[in-house]
Amino acid sequence: MGRSTAARRSRRYRLDVTAAPYALIAPFFLLFAAFGLFPLLYTGWVSLHTVSTLDPNHMTWRGVGNYTALWSDHVFWQSLRNTFIIGLLSAVPQLLVALELARLLDRRLRAGTFFRVALLAPYATSVAAAALIFQFVFQQNSAGFANWALHLFGIGPVAWEPGTWTSKFAVATIVFWRWTGYNTLIYLAAMQAVPTELYEAATLDGASRRQQFRKVTVPALRPTILFTAIISAIGSLQLFGEPYLFGGSGQGINGGPDSQYSTLALYVYRLGFSSEHLGRAAAVAWVIFFIAVAVAGVSALIAARLRRSV
Amino acid sequence: MTRFHRPPAGARQHAGPLTYLALAAVSAVSLFPLYFAVTAASSTQARIARTPPPLVPGGHLLQNLRAVWHYNGPGGHTLALPMVNSFIVASAVTASTVFFCTLAGFAFAKLRFAGRNVLLVLVVATIAMPPQLSVLPLFQLIAALHWTDQLQAVILPGLVTAFGVFFMRQYLAQSLPTELLEAARVDGANTLQLVWHVVFPAARPAMAVLGMLTFVEAWNDFLWPLIALTPSGNPTLQVALAGIGGGYNVDESVIMAGAVVTTVPLLVVFAVFGKRIVGGVMQGAVKG
Repeated sequence: MGRSTAARRSRRYRLDVTAAPYALIAPFFLLFAAFGLFPLLYTGWVSLHTVSTLDPNHMTWRGVGNYTALWSDHVFWQSLRNTFIIGLLSAVPQLLVALELARLLDRRLRAGTFFRVALLAPYATSVAAAALIFQFVFQQNSAGFANWALHLFGIGPVAWEPGTWTSKFAVATIVFWRWTGYNTLIYLAAMQAVPTELYEAATLDGASRRQQFRKVTVPALRPTILFTAIISAIGSLQLFGEPYLFGGSGQGINGGPDSQYSTLALYVYRLGFSSEHLGRAAAVAWVIFFIAVAVAGVSALIAARLRRSV
Repeated sequence: MTRFHRPPAGARQHAGPLTYLALAAVSAVSLFPLYFAVTAASSTQARIARTPPPLVPGGHLLQNLRAVWHYNGPGGHTLALPMVNSFIVASAVTASTVFFCTLAGFAFAKLRFAGRNVLLVLVVATIAMPPQLSVLPLFQLIAALHWTDQLQAVILPGLVTAFGVFFMRQYLAQSLPTELLEAARVDGANTLQLVWHVVFPAARPAMAVLGMLTFVEAWNDFLWPLIALTPSGNPTLQVALAGIGGGYNVDESVIMAGAVVTTVPLLVVFAVFGKRIVGGVMQGAVKG
C-alpha cells in the first residue's frame, strides 16, 4: 500500500513537473496570440485587400495594390520623412540632456528625490494632456507663451503650427518634455551600477572627473544608451497623439494643411478613420512594422558587437 | 602633493552650488508646463488672451472645472463616467498583466520545459513591436462583435505584455534562489503551491514596479481607446479629453482645466509615492 501511494505520488510529481510550466505560460500566450501577435500579422493580410472602414469585415482582394499606391502618395512619403525628422529632433537632444542630467543627479545631493520626481512628472502626464498644454503654449498669436518668451528676446511672433519646421519643432518639444526625465533616471540607474573599481583605477591613472565620465561612464553605459535609442526610435514610429492633438480639431488629423507634421502612425489613423480606407491604412501600418523589424535587427547587431567588444 | 587633491577613489562627487542651480532650473522647466496649465485653467478666456500670458493663477478654476465636469453638454454624462472608466480599465489591465506575466516569467526563469528557449526568443522579439500596429484588425473584431464603446474592447488587448514577461523573468532569474524552490519541492509542494507560497512573495517588489509602469501606461493610453470608444459614448479620460480639446469653440481655459483634471490623479500618486516610483523606474531600467 505504501508502495502504490509512493508510485502514485511520483507519477503525479512527474506530471506536475512536465505539465505545469505549460499551464503557467498558457494564459499569457493565449492572450498574447489573440490580441497581440495575431492582429499584428493579420494587418499584413488586411493590407492586401480593399476594405472600407464603414463595412470593415467585407474584404476584397487587391494584391499589392495598396503598396504600389503608396509609391505615388506624397502624404505617405512626407509622413515617413516627418517621422524620421521629428524622431531625431526629439531623441538626440533628449538623450544628450538626459545623460548630462544623470551625471548631475549622480553626485552627492540633498533633495535628490525632489529633483527626480520633478523630472519624472512629465512622464505621468498623458500624451493627450501634454499635447493640449503645448498646443496652448505654442499658440500663433502674441499671447501664446512661446511667442511671448521670444518677444522678450526681441523676436517677433512665430506662426508655429503652419510652419514646416516650427511645427515639427513644437511636436518634438512635446516628446522631449515627456521623456527626458524618464531617460535621465534610466541613465542614472545604469551609472550607479558601474563598478566602483573602474573609477578607482581611472583615479589612480590620474583621470579628471570629466575624463572619467568620457572614458569610464559613457563606455559602461553603451548598452543602456542603445536601449534608450531603440525605445526612442520605436516611440517615433508610434507618434500619434502629439501631432493629432497639437493640430486641434481642424488640422490635427491631417498633420497640418500641408501634412507638415503628419507622422506614419497619424497617417494610419487618417487613412483608416477619416478616409475610411482600412486596407490602405493597413499597408502603412505594415510599412511601420518593417521599419520596426529593421530597427530591432540593427540594434541586435549593434548589441552583439558591443558584447564582443566588452 | 597632487595625490591628496585628487578626489577619493570611487567616492561620488559632492554637488556644488552650480549643480543645484542647474537642477533647480531643469526642474522648473520640467514642471512649468503643468503650472502654466493650472494658471490657464484658473483664468477666464479673456485673461489668457492677454499679453503677457497669465503667470499666476486666477480665480476661475471652479467655473472652468464645472464646465469640464459637464463637458458632454446638459443631460449627458459628466466627467465622472470617464474617470471611473479609466480607473476600471487601468486596474483590470494592471492586475491581469502583473498576475499572468509573473506566472509566465517564473516558468521561463526557473522551470525546464521543451520549447522554452524558442518561446522566450519569441517574447523578446515582440517587445519592440509597436502595439498600435494591431489596431486595424482589432477594429474589425470589435465591429463584428458590436463592442464599440464597451470597456472590454480596451481591456482585453491590454491584458498581457511581452515586456512584462521578460521583466519578471529577469527579476526572478536573479532574485529567486533555486535552492528555495528545491527545498519546497522536497517538502512535497507542487508547482501551484510553489507559485503561491514562494514565487509570489519573492516577486512582490518586481510585481509592484511592473504594476506601476503598467498602470501609468494604461491610464495614458490613447490611440486604441480613441478608436474603440467615443467621447460622448463611454470614453476613458483620455478619449474624453480629446473630445474636449478637439471640439469647436471651446474656451481654451476650459480645455486646460480638462488637461489638469485628467493629469491630477497620477500626479498625486507621483507626489505621494515619488520615491518608490523613481526607484521603480530605475529598477525597471536596469532589469529590463
